[in-house]
Amino acid sequence: METHTAEPSPAPRETLDAVVIRFAGDSGDGMQVAGAQFTQETALFGNDLATFPDFPAEIRAPVGTTFGVSAFQIHFGVQVRTSGDAPDVLVAMNPAALKVNIGDLKLGGLMVVDQNTFTQRNLTKAGMESNPLEDNSLAPYQVIPLEISKMTLEAVKGLGLSQKDALRCKNFWTLGLMLWMYDRDREATTEWLAKKFAGRPEIAEANITALNAGHAFGETAELSSNITGYSVAKAKVEPGLYRTVTGTEALAWGLLAGARAAGLKIVFGSYPITPASPLLHNLAHLRAYGVTTFQAEDEIAAVCSAIGASYAGALGVTSSSGPGIALKTEAIGLAISTELPLVIVNAQRAGPSTGLPTKTEQSDLHQAVYGRNGDAPMPVIAASTPTDCFEVAIEAVRLATTYMTPVMLLTEGYLANAAEPWLIPDADKLPKFPVKFRTDPENFQPFARNPKTLARPWAVPGTPGLEHRIGGLEKDSVTGDISYDPDNHQHMTDARAAKINGIANDIPEQQIQCGETGGDLVLVGWGSTYGPINQAVRHARDEGHDVAHIHIRHIWPLPRNLGDLLGTFDRVLVPEMNNGQLLTLLRSSFAIPAEGLNKVSGKPFLVSEILTDIHTRLGSNS
Amino acid sequence: MTATAPLTAKDFASDQEVRWCPGCGDYAILKTVQRTLAQLGTPRENTVFVSGIGCAARFPYYLSTYGFHTIHGRGPAIATGIKLANPELDVWLVTGDGDALSIGGNHLIHVLRRNVDIQILLFNNEIYGLTKGQYSPTSRRGTRSPSTPKGSVEAPISAAALALGAAGRFVARTVDTQQKRMPDVLNRAHAHRGASLVEILQNCIVFNDKVFSHITDKSVADERQIHLEHGKPMLFGAERNRGLRVRPGTLKVEAVTLGEDGITQDDILVHDETDRTLASILAVMEPPTLPVALGVLYCDPAPTYGESVSNQQESLAENQGLNDLLRSGRTWTVAG
Ligand code: SF4
Repeated sequence: METHTAEPSPAPRETLDAVVIRFAGDSGDGMQVAGAQFTQETALFGNDLATFPDFPAEIRAPVGTTFGVSAFQIHFGVQVRTSGDAPDVLVAMNPAALKVNIGDLKLGGLMVVDQNTFTQRNLTKAGMESNPLEDNSLAPYQVIPLEISKMTLEAVKGLGLSQKDALRCKNFWTLGLMLWMYDRDREATTEWLAKKFAGRPEIAEANITALNAGHAFGETAELSSNITGYSVAKAKVEPGLYRTVTGTEALAWGLLAGARAAGLKIVFGSYPITPASPLLHNLAHLRAYGVTTFQAEDEIAAVCSAIGASYAGALGVTSSSGPGIALKTEAIGLAISTELPLVIVNAQRAGPSTGLPTKTEQSDLHQAVYGRNGDAPMPVIAASTPTDCFEVAIEAVRLATTYMTPVMLLTEGYLANAAEPWLIPDADKLPKFPVKFRTDPENFQPFARNPKTLARPWAVPGTPGLEHRIGGLEKDSVTGDISYDPDNHQHMTDARAAKINGIANDIPEQQIQCGETGGDLVLVGWGSTYGPINQAVRHARDEGHDVAHIHIRHIWPLPRNLGDLLGTFDRVLVPEMNNGQLLTLLRSSFAIPAEGLNKVSGKPFLVSEILTDIHTRLGSNS
Repeated sequence: MTATAPLTAKDFASDQEVRWCPGCGDYAILKTVQRTLAQLGTPRENTVFVSGIGCAARFPYYLSTYGFHTIHGRGPAIATGIKLANPELDVWLVTGDGDALSIGGNHLIHVLRRNVDIQILLFNNEIYGLTKGQYSPTSRRGTRSPSTPKGSVEAPISAAALALGAAGRFVARTVDTQQKRMPDVLNRAHAHRGASLVEILQNCIVFNDKVFSHITDKSVADERQIHLEHGKPMLFGAERNRGLRVRPGTLKVEAVTLGEDGITQDDILVHDETDRTLASILAVMEPPTLPVALGVLYCDPAPTYGESVSNQQESLAENQGLNDLLRSGRTWTVAG
C-alpha cells in the first residue's frame, strides 16, 4: 500500500514545509466531503496533518446566507500540531463563504473563488453591497477567480444528470484542482466515490469526471495563468502502518479495546445529540465485535440502561454532550452510590443551555468534577487529540472496572470531528486488565472493599449464592443493607472519596510536555488545546524564553506530583476554552496564584493568540 | 447453594424487616409474589427485582433474589439494560402510580412498545404515599390532598389504557387482597414473553384508605368486578346473571341482565384476550355503569426486544479480531 506518485508536472513545483487550506462554501456545497477527501489523499501522500471541520447548526440553512456557510480547514506538512491559525489558501464557493472567511486569510494569501456564484442575487443574500471581485477590496490577496460552476457543468455535460445534480459536482471539480495544486493522487477519492455511489453509478461517474476535469484544468492553466503547483514535504514519522482517524472513530475503537482488555461486552446506551451522535453511529456498526447499542427514549434512559447493563455484568457506556449530561446527573449519582462501573463520554459543546451545538468548548469541566448532588466524587479524564481518544478510552475502562466507579471521559466537538494520521497499534500488545467477578458465596459481603483499590466486589445476577440488594439509599459499609446510621454515612462518604483519591497512585506522574522544571512560566492545558499550546511554547522557547508546557490528561484526581511540579515555576498560565474552570480547580487544589487565558468563541485557540499572551506576560515583544 | 428441594414462599423472603405501614396493601402483594415465585420454581439467582422510588419500590429489599432499588421512574430503563446485558435473567419491575405514570411515564411507554421481556407490577394506590399524601396521576378528579386542598382538577390516567396505547402486548389487572386470583395473573404475566403490565389496585391505608372500596367492598364486589377468562362469556354478579354486550347499532359495551328484555347467553360478549379493541374497552370500564375488568385484559405475544436484537447480532460472525477492525479501510505504510 505504498503511495503512488502523481504524474510529473511540466513546471518545477515550489516546495513548502506546511500549508493551511480552508474549503468554504454553502452547507449544500459539499465542503466537508471535499475536505475529508483532501485529508485522505494528503495522509496517503505522507504528510502530517490536522483538520478542523466547522459547520453550521442548521441542517439546511437557506442557500447563500452567511449563517449557512460550512468550512473545512486542513493543515498539512512535515510536522503539524494544530489545524492551523490563518489559512494560506481559501477556497470560497460563494460570496457568503468569502465574506465569513476572508478575515482569517493571511495577507497575501491565495484565494480560489467560484466567480459564477458572484451574482447580484447571491451578493445581496450575503449582505454585500458591491462585488468584491470588482471593487478592488481583495487587493491584499492573490485572487484566482474561476468559472467553477460553468466548467463543472461543461465537464459533466452528456452524462445525463439534471442541472441541479450536475452543479453538485463542483466540489469535486474544486477538489481535483486543489489535489493537482498540492501534488496529490486522486485514486482514493475515485474509489471512495465509486463505493459511495455504487447504487447510482451515473452520480459516481459525474463526480469522478468533475474531479479529473478540475485536475486537468490545473495542469493546463499552469502554463497560461498565475496558478502554481506546490509540493509539500512529507512528514518524518515513525515507520509502520498508518491510517487517518477522527476522534470519534478512535474513541469507539478505544472503548472496544478497553472492553476486550477487561474481558467484557459493551452495552452502549445513548440518545441523539450534537456532537456526540457519531459515536452511537460508529458503535452501532460494531455488533459483530460484541457491542450492543441501544438508542434510548431520552438521556436519562440512556445512562440508566448502561447502569443496568453494568449491574448485570457488561461494560455500560453512555455518551452525550453537556445538556444531556445534565439530564443524566441523578443516574450518575446512583452509579457512584451503588459503586458500579460506567463510562460516560461527554463530547463538549459551547453552552450554557443549548448554546452553540456545533461549536467547540471546554466548559463542562466543573460539571464533570463537581456537578452532582451530595458528595459524589468520580474520576474525570480528557482526550487531547483525535488519536489520543483511543488511549483515553482504554484508560477510562480500566479505571471504571478496577475501581467500580463511573468515569467521565471528556472530549470536545472539535476532537470528535477532526482527523489525523495514526500509527495503528497492535491490538494484541495492548495492556490487559481482566475483570474478576465475585463468584464465591463464602463470606460474601456486597460492600466489603478490596484493601488496595477500595473497590467493592462485582457480583452479577445469575451467580448462585450471591443474591443481594443494592440501591441509592445509603448502604451499610459491609452488608450493603439500607443504613441510616450517622457514623456509617460518615464512613461511606469518606470511603467513596478515598477510593477516588487513591486513583492518583495508579496513574502516571505528570510529565512536562516541553521545557524544564523551574522556568519563568508554565502553560498548563487540557483537552484539545494541546496542539496550539505546544506549538506556542516551542516557538517561545526558540525565541529564548524559559517557558514550559504541561498537559493534564487526568483531571480528577489530579496526578500526585502536579502540585509540587507547578510550584517550581514562577508563574502558571492556564489557557482553556472556558471561563477558567481548570484554573479554579488548580487554584483550589494547590493554593497557587495561577492565571487564566480564556477563549469562548466556539473556535479553537490560534497559536498566535497564545504566543502573544506569553509575550505580554513575560514583558517582551519579540 | 442451588437448592435441590423445591423452594417455598419463605425461601423468597430476605432477612430485612418489612417497613410498610401496618395494614398497607403491599404486605398482601409481597406474600402473594413470594408464593408465586416458589410456584414458578425459577432459581433465585436468576431472578432480579428492579424498582424505582416510592413505597412500592422497597419491594426488592424484602425478597431473597437479586434486587436493585434505583431512582424515581427510571426502573424500566435500568431493567432494559439488565436484559440487554443478560437476556437469561428473569426481571421483574415493581413500580407505583407516581413512579410509572408521572416521573417515569416516558420510560414506561417505551419499555412497553419495545416489548422488553420483563414483568411490570404497577401498584396503583392513587396517591403519593412516601411523600405523605399528595394526589397522583391516577387520583380521581376532586381528590383532596395536601397539594390540592380544594380537590384535584386533573383527569386521571388509566394505566391499562396507556399500556395498550403504548403497544404493550400484555395487560392485566388485579387487586392487592385477591390472594386467590393474583397468582394466576402473575403466572400469566411471567409466562408471557415480552413486556407484561400488571396493574395492582393497592390500598394505602394511611393516605388514601378505601379509595377502591366502591369496587372491593364485599357488599358490591360481585356487581362491580368482572373476572375475565379467555374464550368465556363475560358474565358477573353474585348470580352470574349479569353480562357485557355490545349495544346493537353502536360500539358501546353495556351491562345487561340475562333474562331481562329478551337477553340470552348468546347476546353476551366472549372474552378474546388477543383483541386489542376489546381490551381498550375493558381497560376503561368503571362503576357505576360497568364493572371493573380484572384478570388478563390483553395478551397477544410478539417478538421480544431481546430476541430481535440478538437475531441481528447472530447474523454476524461473533468476536472478530480488533486488529482487523483497526486496519479496515485505507491504510499506508511508512518504510523504516
Ligand atoms: S404510605 Fe400508604 S402505600 Fe405507603 S406504606 Fe404506608 S400505607 Fe402503604
